[in-house]
Amino acid sequence: MKIAVCIKQVPQTTEVKIDPETHTLVREGVESQINPFDLYALEEAVRVKERLAEQGEEAAVTVITMGPPQAEAALREAISLGADNAVLLSDRAFAGSDTWATSYALARGLAKIAPDLVFCGMQAIDGDTGQVGPGIAVHIDYAQAAYVACIEEISKKKITVKRLIENGYERVSLQLPAVLTVVKEINEPRTPSLRGKMNAKKAEITVWKASDIDAPEDKIGLLGSPTQVIKIFSPPHREGGEKWTGESHELADKLANLLKEMEVV
Amino acid sequence: MDYFFTEEQQFMRDVARDIAEKKIRPVAAHYDETGEFPWPEVKAMAEADLFRVFIDEKYDGMAGGSPIMNMCIVTEELSKACGGISLAFAATGLGTMPILVSANEEQKQKYLPQIASGTIAAFALTEANAGSDASGIQTRAVEDGDYFIMNGTKQWITNGGEADIYTVFAVTDPDRGARGVSAFIVEKGTPGFTFGKKEDKMGIRASATRELVFQDCKIPKENMLGKRGTGFFTAMKTFDMSRPGVGSQALGIAQGALDLAIAYSRQRRQFGAPISSFQGLRFMLADMAMKVEAARALIYSVARWIDQASPKKATAYSAMSKCFASDVAMEVTTNAVQIFGGYGYMKEYPIEKYMRDAKITQIYEGTNQIQRDEIGRGLVAAAAQSGC
Repeated sequence: MKIAVCIKQVPQTTEVKIDPETHTLVREGVESQINPFDLYALEEAVRVKERLAEQGEEAAVTVITMGPPQAEAALREAISLGADNAVLLSDRAFAGSDTWATSYALARGLAKIAPDLVFCGMQAIDGDTGQVGPGIAVHIDYAQAAYVACIEEISKKKITVKRLIENGYERVSLQLPAVLTVVKEINEPRTPSLRGKMNAKKAEITVWKASDIDAPEDKIGLLGSPTQVIKIFSPPHREGGEKWTGESHELADKLANLLKEMEVV
Repeated sequence: MDYFFTEEQQFMRDVARDIAEKKIRPVAAHYDETGEFPWPEVKAMAEADLFRVFIDEKYDGMAGGSPIMNMCIVTEELSKACGGISLAFAATGLGTMPILVSANEEQKQKYLPQIASGTIAAFALTEANAGSDASGIQTRAVEDGDYFIMNGTKQWITNGGEADIYTVFAVTDPDRGARGVSAFIVEKGTPGFTFGKKEDKMGIRASATRELVFQDCKIPKENMLGKRGTGFFTAMKTFDMSRPGVGSQALGIAQGALDLAIAYSRQRRQFGAPISSFQGLRFMLADMAMKVEAARALIYSVARWIDQASPKKATAYSAMSKCFASDVAMEVTTNAVQIFGGYGYMKEYPIEKYMRDAKITQIYEGTNQIQRDEIGRGLVAAAAQSGC
């Protein structure tokens, strides 16, 4: 079985700063990491592989990301955590992609890998949209289940999962191939292994440009993005309210006057 | 300071550090309180290949020719977070050493790959009446056809009851004194091999310390380690190799306590300023740091020397590394509690545990009095030999 995991490299800190002139994230000087939710996706993929191995079936986990050449570091880290291969989609033409264009490009890359099962984190901690996983499923025309909390059964053709929904769980069976996005409660990710680190050091990272995955320019990058960000800003800190102290009847009068001034009473 | 680890050793340190910080530190207080054995954490160590670092590549290990240094690096990192949980790892190293020292090829083929993949081991020498005087053991193994029949009780065995593989020392030839001791590999589950009471300890409470009871326990002859009568030699050679490991456990405990003390001193304010701004406290931190660094330099030097030169007798230097580092650990953890003041004395804060955990490192694998005796004896013997 071929398993793929989509990951994203995100800034290390939760205190993301925004350049006031360009309205883009300040990435200089900020350490990057694998999006924490994607670590659960990767862990689950590796566990499925191990589970299948116990059933006597071979599986391989390929991790894929779209990003600048530096994103290679995230892919190597994923290999140290148990992935077998890594693919980097990297091309200037991808720059400025929104969730539609990103999921399109990833779907094109995945189509080339032709996995039976695709794992994504439920969302990325920088954008928080949660759209890319489901978007990939639509573009590649796979079945999908989002917010998966548990894989109950898996066979060559079918998978049964428990989805976290607002008031409980939903059990869903899907025909493979399928895309799953996972929530934190699905597992506890392992830490890197020594063999994993050695493999990560030696691993050849496959790099695909837009042309390698037959992604036309009008479907990727800024051109292919229906969403245009007009402005990103840090909301100003809310200032504290006014505090009145005094006798209760004085305060009541003061409040009544204010409400009248505001013409609410 | 850069101690010029190989790239593989940097990986080992990073892998162990990740486990220490992400898996062990959050649960250290829980295991300290309950005294349960930390199986999930041991499993995490195994999955991360940590048990491979002191085993040769030939037997599924990743030692790369430096088993002792690697064991020290990993033990130190794990011990920074918990000196008790780290011992499941370190005591497996100790239980494995007799196999590395004296096992034949079949025994190595059979047991080392199991340990490499995370089957834990234990070393069983001590008895109620044979502590510092290890030659006084009374457990007997009597030859009977294809077997040895073992009778006796081993005391305070680290990983006892939890380990699957035990290296056990017993008297085969009582009239031959120290040359009448032989070593055996005994598997958990062997009929006649049971476990006695689990000890309730002052520190390293996550570690299992238990009696091993042998009652007419039939051990196949092929499980004898080395030649008959070489058991005591195997044990002493094992200690030469394992004592830097105890030193590194002490070192990790000391470094862990120092790190916490530094962090606390920056955050605790008295007289309108962080206490780290007071010279008296900085002097304390400086003394702690100097001793920790000196312990580290000594341990790494001895470990590398043993790995690279395979000296015939490393006893004195091995003893120095254990003795010095454990004395440092006791002093540094005591001062770390002092820096935390009244809070440090409370169990709500993590620091008092380091002081309790440190104490055992001055006692086990030879008390520090025994270590000093070994070192002193070596000095006098060397002087006598050179005719000074």
